[in-house]
Amino acid sequence: MEAIQLNQYEDISPVIDKPIISYQKVSKSFGDLKVLREIDLDIAPGEIVAVIGSSGSGKTTLARMLMTLEQPTSGVIMVDGEPLWHKSVNGKLVPADEKHIRRVRSKIGMVFQQFNLFPHMTILRNVTEAPIHVLGISRAEAEERAVAMLNKVGLGNKLDVYPAQLSGGQQQRVAIARALVMRPKVMLCDEVTSALDPELVGEVLEVLKEIAAEGETTMLLITHEMAFAGDVADRIIFIDKGRIVEQGPPNVILSNPRNPRTREFLSRFRQQWASKS
Amino acid sequence: MWDWEYAFSIMPQLLKALQITISATILGFLLACILGLLLAFARRSNFKPLSLVTGGFVEFVRSTPLLAQLYFIFYVLPQCGIMLSPLSAGVIGLGLHYSTYLSEVYRAGIDAVPRGQWEASTALNFSRTRTWLSVILPQAIPPIIPVMGNYFIGMFKDTPLLSAITLVEVLQAAKIIGSHTFRYIEPITIVGLMFLVLSYVSSVGIRRLEARLNRW
Repeated sequence: MEAIQLNQYEDISPVIDKPIISYQKVSKSFGDLKVLREIDLDIAPGEIVAVIGSSGSGKTTLARMLMTLEQPTSGVIMVDGEPLWHKSVNGKLVPADEKHIRRVRSKIGMVFQQFNLFPHMTILRNVTEAPIHVLGISRAEAEERAVAMLNKVGLGNKLDVYPAQLSGGQQQRVAIARALVMRPKVMLCDEVTSALDPELVGEVLEVLKEIAAEGETTMLLITHEMAFAGDVADRIIFIDKGRIVEQGPPNVILSNPRNPRTREFLSRFRQQWASKS
Repeated sequence: MWDWEYAFSIMPQLLKALQITISATILGFLLACILGLLLAFARRSNFKPLSLVTGGFVEFVRSTPLLAQLYFIFYVLPQCGIMLSPLSAGVIGLGLHYSTYLSEVYRAGIDAVPRGQWEASTALNFSRTRTWLSVILPQAIPPIIPVMGNYFIGMFKDTPLLSAITLVEVLQAAKIIGSHTFRYIEPITIVGLMFLVLSYVSSVGIRRLEARLNRW
């Protein structure tokens, strides 16, 4: 891309030299419904980006396309310099085969709103299954890695129990360990606290904060937790009706948003907080 | 009325024939389990022609009598150069017929696995095969064990149909004994009891298996 793009919302995207993730004119429709419209978004290695917006704004779809759970209708997503959904053949981009997608996808990990742990496997096996069968490392090494990771999320004493025996917050921490043990370059968190009881939200966010603070993993956080986003993110992106309406550092976006839609959205959250407390 | 001595004297013959019945059931059911899973996969295929042909095949087999299928395999196939022993023809007939029912059962089990499980498998970059082996089938099969068990017992009780293609299974053996001695009450009653006992034992076994597999 030659120039920085100015869109109709006067939003200036930061210039990133070698982005690890780059959405280039990415659109997604479900039938007639346009969920995302020509999204351009670059994310720097190690950057923590929080995406906020009302439900139905398209923010979850943004992450799901990067995890290859949804295919973009048009546009290109680059991961670490390579197209994710496409393959370059004689300088032209053609739809990629499964093998290509799997290779590029290996750089991405994801944590889901509903945890999606494997209910028939113990916690330890939930975390070792992918390293053994996808990375091809030995069971002993996989277990060593998994135990270290489960200790990190505070569940080193729950190796042999099944997910159903854990609280939601504990399950989500296992899911985080399961994703991290694959050592992804980019970690996607899709509303990871939305399905949790309020008193369990904190423990999950603490774990994510720790990981963010390590600075090794690029993170794309789809979230409703404004305070958390403000705490950990380097940049906050506000999406409305399928477009990036405003983005910038947390202190700017949360305290002094320029766009009227952003203001409206954030004020609703402030009111909710006020009515809760 | 009931002659114990006669009843005991025909037991060896009946037990021998019962072995045929049991072999046909177990082999037929194994075939049905494997073939049923393959049919379920084919039906789910993204390749439309395969999915449609499979659907048509399943519908066809389920809508025609097992007996007609057995006749076809045993009496018509030899005209195309495929000669099968009565037991092989019987196992194939039972297996094929029941595989179409089991394919629907598998399909229900597979469809019941939440979408999030597939998505988690994608996110962990599992191959398709690994997703099926580690994630989907281990969750799809335990809930359908009781239904599969019912089909197993149903198939067991259908084995006397194999007598129509000259296989001497246990009921046919009883009938032959009766026609030699003109005493039907003992052989037919004993065979009835054998079916009762084995069906009951199977259903208990299936319940145990179900309990074992549903531990989590």
